[in-house]
Amino acid sequence: MPLLAKANQIDSVPRTPAWMLNLFWLALILACYPINRLLEANLNDYLYLVLTRICLNIVLATSLNLINGITGQFSLGHAGFMAVGAYTCGTFLQHYVGVGWNPIAAALLFVIVGGLLAAVAGLIVGVPALRLRGDYLAIATLGFGEIIYIVIRSTESIGPFKIGSAAGLDGIPKVTTFFWAATAAIITVVCVWRLAYSAKGKAFAAIREDEVAAAAMGINTTFYKVTAFVIGAFFAGVAGGLYGALDQTIDPEQFRFTRSIEIVALVVLGGTGSITGVVLAAIVLMILSEALRDLKGVTHVDLRLIVYALLLIITMLLRPQGLMGAKEIFRSRRKRNLSQPAPAA
Amino acid sequence: MTRIGSDTSSPAVSAAAPALLSVRDLDVRYGAICALQGVSLNINPGEIVTLIGSNGAGKTTLLRTISGLLKPANGEITLLPTSPSPHPPTALSKLRPHEIVRLGISHVPEGRQIFPNLTVSENLLLGAYQRRDDLSADIARCHTLFPILKERQSQKAGTLSGGEQQMLAIARALMSRPRLLLLDEPSLGLAPLIVRKIFDIIREINAEGTTIFLVEQNAHLALKIAHRAYVLQTGRILMTDSAQALLANPEVQKAYLGG
Repeated sequence: MPLLAKANQIDSVPRTPAWMLNLFWLALILACYPINRLLEANLNDYLYLVLTRICLNIVLATSLNLINGITGQFSLGHAGFMAVGAYTCGTFLQHYVGVGWNPIAAALLFVIVGGLLAAVAGLIVGVPALRLRGDYLAIATLGFGEIIYIVIRSTESIGPFKIGSAAGLDGIPKVTTFFWAATAAIITVVCVWRLAYSAKGKAFAAIREDEVAAAAMGINTTFYKVTAFVIGAFFAGVAGGLYGALDQTIDPEQFRFTRSIEIVALVVLGGTGSITGVVLAAIVLMILSEALRDLKGVTHVDLRLIVYALLLIITMLLRPQGLMGAKEIFRSRRKRNLSQPAPAA
Repeated sequence: MTRIGSDTSSPAVSAAAPALLSVRDLDVRYGAICALQGVSLNINPGEIVTLIGSNGAGKTTLLRTISGLLKPANGEITLLPTSPSPHPPTALSKLRPHEIVRLGISHVPEGRQIFPNLTVSENLLLGAYQRRDDLSADIARCHTLFPILKERQSQKAGTLSGGEQQMLAIARALMSRPRLLLLDEPSLGLAPLIVRKIFDIIREINAEGTTIFLVEQNAHLALKIAHRAYVLQTGRILMTDSAQALLANPEVQKAYLGG
């Protein structure tokens, strides 16, 4: 593979062959199936739900990390992409399972269809948003998210498919299990990792670092920015679809900009651009926000959100670069290589 | 010496041999502001051509227009194709930056603009972004030209000194094997000793066959290594001549050489 060969020319670290890695990830996904059975049998419903939600948060945070962290395009529209996926998947699932389709097969199909429609939305937002930078892009994507919200809130149904306007859509078959969510998380992380750390994918980081220089180096900046939006939106749509099939009900309020900001918080806390850091943040913050529920028993007042917000502020003060900065947890071999003196000529 | 009026088509630019890059009557605007007006110039294969001029004359604008980062309002930029005669020169003004890099023009932007959070090696790789072939020879060449880059290859580019960053920016641009290298103020903010070193290397790169278009505020230095030069003033080409003649020109001396 020429791209890999190209990267290897400067990288003296031996790489694990791609097929071996693929096999490993496949094995991990398959392993999630018995693990899921085990968890279902031994965990209480609450912990099982928290674990499943952690996986979906990983999908959301990692997909936004591709747009915000790795490509450096500040987007506040992630909840909008999520909504497109959630409503597409939810309404189709409700309708077709109602007429007798197999729920598992239908869910698999419609989660992907939801992701694809979200990707189309990503394309629609991505293309005009390319002319905007920084704060302006953030505002434009924020506007996009609100448009999606308003459209959903004021739509009762499209043809035979129920949208449910402000009341929301309920009666979605429950399909999402820990196995589904974990599979989605693994696929998302692996895809984004491969994109970000391939020789070609360095283009994303180059755009974040200096867009003009990236263009001057011969990188088609338009293409890569739109690609980041489309792929990020796809996975957000998948996560949205899985959320709907987990909660069995969705309503437009879930997908307002506060949701987008929660996802942005995961990316910033994890370390903008660090894939493992953002995964870590998604896990830690979910556990934290759940653990704080017990606080009410002690204080008798609901301080959960206040403490949560305070912890976010403290984290940002102590580690402004995020938990991991720009580093990755599993790239320590490279770091060791950095400290080695350059080989003699 | 040839004086070029703003609206007359200049005799100096209609050289007999086909120019590698030729700019004709170029107008570039930022909104209502005219940054360049009727600029015409030629760069012949193998030359070092320099463009001197004071702050705000439009030097950077011209380079950015050539590399496609800005779109001209009027005028033509054409590049000699790689295979000779039967092909007409390629018009650049409609192309996007990455397409222009593919044609063999590489731009070292002003203020270096390296990728600070990527390693030196990654910066070099990105310079060869359009290429699919083997890069080891090019990396070796960059390491020979700039040995410091080999020492610092796994270091983040942002941790390099200003001079090293400039060297990296030039090396990165060379990685695409350009026929024409556009250099924007390589001396900017660097110590005189480092500047001399960089200019020696620019001459070396040229001697190895790369045509160079050098934009400089440090006119003295630029005229010393260049073959020919253009003087740009408030968006118009004021004069053009051999670099030696311009060095001796009292008007140029007064305005740009501080004497």
